[in-house]
Amino acid sequence: MSADTTAHVAAAGDTPQLPVSRVAGMERFAVAAQRHGALAVLLLGSAVAAMAFPAFATADNLAGIAIQSSTLMIVAVGMTFVIITGGIDLSVGSVFALGGVLAAWASQWGVLPAVLLPLVVCGGIGLLNGLVIAYAGLAPFIVTLASLLGARGLLLAVTDEGAATYLVPGESALLDLGRGTLFGLGWPVYLAVLLGAGAALLLQRSRYGQAVFAIGGNEEAAALMGLPVARVKVTTYLISGLLAGAAGVLNAARLGSGVTILGVGMELDAIAAVVIGGTLLTGGAGSVGGTFCGVLLLGVIQNVINQIGNLTSSVQSVVSGAFLAVVVVTQTYLSRARRLR
Amino acid sequence: MTAEPATITPAGPGRATLIRHLQHYGVYAAVLALVVFNALFTDHFLDLANLRTQLVQVAPVVIVALGMALVIGTEGVDLSVGSVMALAAAVLPLYLGFGAWPAAAMALLAGVAAGALNGTLVAVVGLQPIVATLALLVAGRGIALVLADGQLKQLRNPQVLGWGTDDVLGVPVVVAVAVVLAGLVGFAVHRTTYGRQLVAIGGNRPAAQLAGLPVRRVLIVTYVLSGLFAALAGVLATARLTASDPSAIGNLIELSAITAVVVGGTPLTGGRVRVLGTVAGALLIQLLRATLIKHDVPDSTAQMAQAVIILVAVYLARERRSR
Repeated sequence: MSADTTAHVAAAGDTPQLPVSRVAGMERFAVAAQRHGALAVLLLGSAVAAMAFPAFATADNLAGIAIQSSTLMIVAVGMTFVIITGGIDLSVGSVFALGGVLAAWASQWGVLPAVLLPLVVCGGIGLLNGLVIAYAGLAPFIVTLASLLGARGLLLAVTDEGAATYLVPGESALLDLGRGTLFGLGWPVYLAVLLGAGAALLLQRSRYGQAVFAIGGNEEAAALMGLPVARVKVTTYLISGLLAGAAGVLNAARLGSGVTILGVGMELDAIAAVVIGGTLLTGGAGSVGGTFCGVLLLGVIQNVINQIGNLTSSVQSVVSGAFLAVVVVTQTYLSRARRLR
Repeated sequence: MTAEPATITPAGPGRATLIRHLQHYGVYAAVLALVVFNALFTDHFLDLANLRTQLVQVAPVVIVALGMALVIGTEGVDLSVGSVMALAAAVLPLYLGFGAWPAAAMALLAGVAAGALNGTLVAVVGLQPIVATLALLVAGRGIALVLADGQLKQLRNPQVLGWGTDDVLGVPVVVAVAVVLAGLVGFAVHRTTYGRQLVAIGGNRPAAQLAGLPVRRVLIVTYVLSGLFAALAGVLATARLTASDPSAIGNLIELSAITAVVVGGTPLTGGRVRVLGTVAGALLIQLLRATLIKHDVPDSTAQMAQAVIILVAVYLARERRSR
């Protein structure tokens, strides 16, 4: 977070007209609200839900929320990296679906191909995204839009134009990976948390992670400082593709088949979760922990709407959309308060 | 013909000129090439019925893409157009009791309201266009489904159905609307103060602000126009379908519209709007799909071809900035 600190110093130096103590207080509040806002809302929302619906706070229900959120968590972690560099990855939904179908298809030859093939192909798509963005200098929005179409085309080609649905053989160990539980929680949940923890460590404690923040903060400055901007960008999109593929594998393992229509619009859920989690779309700031809170918050909203019962899933998208708008508007004002303008 | 000296170019005429021509006329050349190819190799391509079908299919995309071109000209993007189409489709049958025109007016009003919300979030609150319109993309279709009770509604109002089947001067209504709108947008961009201001804001927003242009007003008007056009496309597509289907209508049309705009030579970085190019971009994608389908190329290949075309078009557009 070295980029952050320098920004504060510069901002505080520019505005001598406000009393220092008040400035520091406002700024501290804004920073805290931006960093931990998602967690606070998540806890508050869960508490309200637990009081309103007795069925909410049961272990079964909470485990259900966790496992349903696990795939989006993994995808959103990759999206967090991409967004912190100031980019965006619209292809994750398609890549996720492709990963699931490839895993189900390859599972007839055993678990190892079922895991490796999707990771290689999806990582390849991410690598391609990164190479085109970093070296041809095209806008991430449009490059990943193209690979959204490309990956879906590939998926259709693999599934005989969407007609074939590949099932994971009943005796395959892949199913255990998706459906097995430990202490009441599904394996995918542990995997998501493990991947998230690894990603957080990578982001906050490694040279690569610091370069990710620096590039998102100011790409030109990062290049002048001698950071390998192109290489870091390629790695970031590679990670996003790999994680989307891994999430697809887990989902196929859980469902026991490669469902071709899954993942449409998933990129939007992932972006929403990342943004709700306090990562700025302008890049340069954000955290994996916030993204986790964002994903869980979306999961809790969905669960509460299910609990209410007579509401349809369309109400859920209304609530999620409104929620997203409120969060980003608040965030914008908070970061303005931070800049003290 | 003594105009020859005009072709004098500085060093390196070959590549730079070629690229510039490709940028300016590439879309039209590609459309022309596809038309010629189909005329020669596709049976019944030049039949009136087929040409009508192609135009009717592409018209809603053109209408949405025109609004999108304006938004992209301001260095923004409007992801909510598909949801706004669904919203218009859901509102239309609610007010059919008052007659076809009032119902259509209410549907368009819904589009204007959606656009005003987007514009306010972008211009006044200062959100990034992607996020601001993403919120409505998620919520808009939900609202539409709630309004419609999640159901498909058959339409029986003869006037509304007429909008889907009638001709104006031998041209289907939806195509005529698209042509008129393209003319209006072209006029607005090139011949009105609003258009000049829009391009200036897209080119350099701080400079436009310092020059005293009404940045907020122009931005809001632009997003309102995008919402209005999307709602119009929603109404016409609903009339064509003879049913209001908010769960399916306009799905992923934002991607087609953005593709049409970008392929047509409008840069995503704003500051330039190419109206005719946008229309040609939409036609190109439509013709490409039709060609691939008529020659039994599977959908998978068609999608991958579309991906490659987007990338090539954007790559060519990129050269202009680094010139």
